[in-house]
Amino acid sequence: MEFLGDLFGNYTLRTVGLGAAFLGIVNGVLGSFAVLRKQSLLGDAISHAALPGIALAFLLTGSKATIVLLLGAAAAGWVGTLLVMNIVKNTRVKYDSALGLVLSVFFGFGLVLLTYIQRMPVASQAGLDTFLFGQAATLLARDVATIGILGLAVLLIVLAVWKEFKLLCFDPDFALSLGFPIRWLDVLLITLLVTSIVIGLQTVGVVLMSAMVVAPAAAARQWTDRLGAMVAISAFFGALAGAGGALVSSLTARLPAGPTIVLCLTAIVLVSLLAAPNRGVVWKWARERVNRNLLQTEAVLADLYVLAMRHEDLGHGHPISVLRTMSIGHGGVDRSLEVLREKGLVRVTADGTWSLTPSGLSEAGRLSGKREEGP
Amino acid sequence: MTSVSGMEPAVKVEDLTVAYGERPVLWDVDMEVPAGVLMAVVGPNGAGKTSLIKAITGLIRPVAGYVAIFGKPYAEQRRLVGYVPQRNSVDWDFPTTVQDVVMMGRYGGLGWFRRPGAAERALAMEALEQVGIAEFKGRQISQLSGGQQQRLFLARAIVQDAGIYLMDEPFQGVDATTERAIVTLLKEMRARGKTVVVVHHDLQTVPEYFDWVTLLNVRCIASGPVEEVFTDRNLRLAYGGRVSYLTHHSPGETLTGGEGGG
Amino acid sequence: MTAPQVEIQLIAVVVAVSCALPGTFLVLRRMAMMSDAISHAILFGIVLAFFVTRDLASPFLVVAAALTGVLTVSLVELLNRTGLVREDAAIGLTFPALFSIGVILVARYAGSVHLDTDSVLLGELAFAPFNRLEVMGYDIGPKAFYLMACIMLLNVLFIAVFYKELKLATFDASLAGVFGFLPGFLHYALMALVSVTAVGAFEAVGSILVVALMIAPPTTAYLLVDRLSLMLAVSALLGAVSAVAGYWVAHALDASIAGSMASVAGLLFGVAYLAAPGRGLIAIALRRVRQRWEFAQAMLLVHLYNHEGLPEAVRENRIPNLPEHLKWDPRFAERVVATARRRGLVEIRDSFLFLTDSGRSTAMDAMVG
Repeated sequence: MEFLGDLFGNYTLRTVGLGAAFLGIVNGVLGSFAVLRKQSLLGDAISHAALPGIALAFLLTGSKATIVLLLGAAAAGWVGTLLVMNIVKNTRVKYDSALGLVLSVFFGFGLVLLTYIQRMPVASQAGLDTFLFGQAATLLARDVATIGILGLAVLLIVLAVWKEFKLLCFDPDFALSLGFPIRWLDVLLITLLVTSIVIGLQTVGVVLMSAMVVAPAAAARQWTDRLGAMVAISAFFGALAGAGGALVSSLTARLPAGPTIVLCLTAIVLVSLLAAPNRGVVWKWARERVNRNLLQTEAVLADLYVLAMRHEDLGHGHPISVLRTMSIGHGGVDRSLEVLREKGLVRVTADGTWSLTPSGLSEAGRLSGKREEGP
Repeated sequence: MTSVSGMEPAVKVEDLTVAYGERPVLWDVDMEVPAGVLMAVVGPNGAGKTSLIKAITGLIRPVAGYVAIFGKPYAEQRRLVGYVPQRNSVDWDFPTTVQDVVMMGRYGGLGWFRRPGAAERALAMEALEQVGIAEFKGRQISQLSGGQQQRLFLARAIVQDAGIYLMDEPFQGVDATTERAIVTLLKEMRARGKTVVVVHHDLQTVPEYFDWVTLLNVRCIASGPVEEVFTDRNLRLAYGGRVSYLTHHSPGETLTGGEGGG
Repeated sequence: MTAPQVEIQLIAVVVAVSCALPGTFLVLRRMAMMSDAISHAILFGIVLAFFVTRDLASPFLVVAAALTGVLTVSLVELLNRTGLVREDAAIGLTFPALFSIGVILVARYAGSVHLDTDSVLLGELAFAPFNRLEVMGYDIGPKAFYLMACIMLLNVLFIAVFYKELKLATFDASLAGVFGFLPGFLHYALMALVSVTAVGAFEAVGSILVVALMIAPPTTAYLLVDRLSLMLAVSALLGAVSAVAGYWVAHALDASIAGSMASVAGLLFGVAYLAAPGRGLIAIALRRVRQRWEFAQAMLLVHLYNHEGLPEAVRENRIPNLPEHLKWDPRFAERVVATARRRGLVEIRDSFLFLTDSGRSTAMDAMVG
């Protein structure tokens, strides 16, 4: 208890944890839409493209206020996205090439500006190049408030136009035919995505931002088939990884926050991919095993039934070797017999052979009747 | 070209020209769809059939021409028109359920910001029953078969309660049972006074399923009642050469080889 | 120009050319973002190799990089094959994870040694000349140059030897498999090559700029030429130009050389985007204007032809009605008609438009084509 008290009492921890959690929520939500629209890597591009915006904002205004830099970042991110869309629309250059080009060229340009600023007598660039890796530890309460307010605004907008966004992502042609202004909704969605990325750059850094956008959504998709639930779970995962990663990072020496958060996200993704019901890899494998066992058991039961029908004495026992021969191809005789015996459908006779019990007979009869009826 | 006298045609297309880059896919197309008919739009691949539907619904901008829905521009008459796109235009892996997709048909009626509620859910269930997939209402859409997916799209259209329906290849890739069910549904809709225009790929079934037909090959070759318009000559004009249908049909059916055309 | 300046430019050119070659295939195979993924993920391999060898200059690092590149691609494909994650999401999940592990390992265990993650990302060409290669007591030049020259040679050799197979595999993976060209092997070999190139270039330009040099020149070339061999050559050339020009811009501004190189590469793309013959924005705009005009001519003729002899002709073929029917601006309609008359395709009688014989045949040709 005291430990927790220390934890929450610690200003830095509170600030960083809260900030990272907010970021996780907002990016989890917007990331869901990005991932569903196959725009997963757009987040990567936007976060890299933001760099020259930050540098230019400083150059033009001389101010290093967070809000100014954020606006610059957002503007650059937006311009970058616009450029990608334009290139793809007007030329034969493909989407991935346009992304890679804008990402790297903008970032390179940003570097030029950054290093140019570094030479300037006035500027000290600390605060500008933390955007590369993020420095969550230097988050101030003021910054967290900014993140919180902007994040809240983003979430409220998403809530307001929820069904419009759903329609936009699922069937834009149909949406257009209903009269919805698809172009503007697209612009809005991208603006929200740019915002959610830009407010996270300071904390997580440029390189790892794409993970914050993609991972929670990819993980959440495994747990549900409904959009609303997916977005909520994604937000939850984002918050979990954000707060958890920030926590672990501040408690451990020399563990930078950004990468720690990303590793938490990766862990969540892995668990989701393996263990989620219905889609999870482990789940599917387990279900296949169960199905296969069931099939084998039913086959053995059917074999016993066939044997019984050929005998006048329905209770006559058959040695296991016969059953094994009949079951070549699907196997599992021993296990099946055990299962059947536990269910009271078969029994072992005095001489070690196997036969159906009365309930086994009726069950087998029922199953064979069903099989004759066909699918 | 005959038209039902007196009433405004459901869809009137004049001089419609649509081009992608260099090539025109629709050239100066004139077409009228009288109210209350069940019309097929047929033509070879690349004939502009999908472009016609998209141009009518305003999804693509024509280079020239005019579309009127009951005499007024499409933008003013959106509520009256229901669009059923091709099945492959959508990602079926999207996390949404059958019921959810049907309710999307009501979004137009709800307008901005409002959420679908109990009334919309009820309408959705009705539509699902009508197309016969009510039992799947909670399923994620990728778990449906092709035929069930097509029925889902139809349910979404029904829920819009439109007066005119434009459907792009609804019979593509569905099993025989679903095909029969869809035809029955379309005929019911016509009986209730709806106008249905269907982009269709199977010439064999045109006389059986539809009462009007438009033959399209970049230009409108002919448009009118099936008995008048679905002739050897027009088919040859539309398909520009051998059409297997022509060699398989038996005399005594609707095709007479006489003068047709509109 | 001083000797270090020449050396820097030489290194820059070699780096750029080394990147442009495999980059061409990445762009054509729609795997551009893999360069981004690999160049970040390599940090993981480098760090692990460093822990083993404790030597930043060890060639073992290059091997580790190649392996990491292959690992990255394999993981992406594994994720994709589960059917649970799309390919773009798979990329966006894999490289941040690997990169994060690398950063954490560096922060916790390599802090005392100068393995600066910054320099992995950013690189600094300006320092390259200071690291000399000595052979038998003779200083023959900067290490970076020889390293990158070897890598460039490797790239050239690989492409030269497997040119036919690469060309086929890039454009039709299934067909290549049928001929026994093992597109799978080629695929991983290419990725290994990308990784090796990336790690070699790190010291000079850092990972982000590797992406720029691998993507921008080939994409620019893609707008300019149509043949693979030409595309390779033009990419290399554009890369070299970006390298030299970038250096001088950086020199003038006293800014990051690598960043300048990327910016110049981007600028070259921008120029091509605007002005590429046939494909650039200007060419497209001009073509649209020309087409609109030609279209209008043809439309007029086809319209007249379609309504010829029909009752509506009375209404539709009067000049004042044209703008309304064809949705044309009245003055535009006037010009179209005037041009058609001049070309002898239509004539006016009693304020009605009629097709001439020549106009009619032109109309029929337009509809068939």
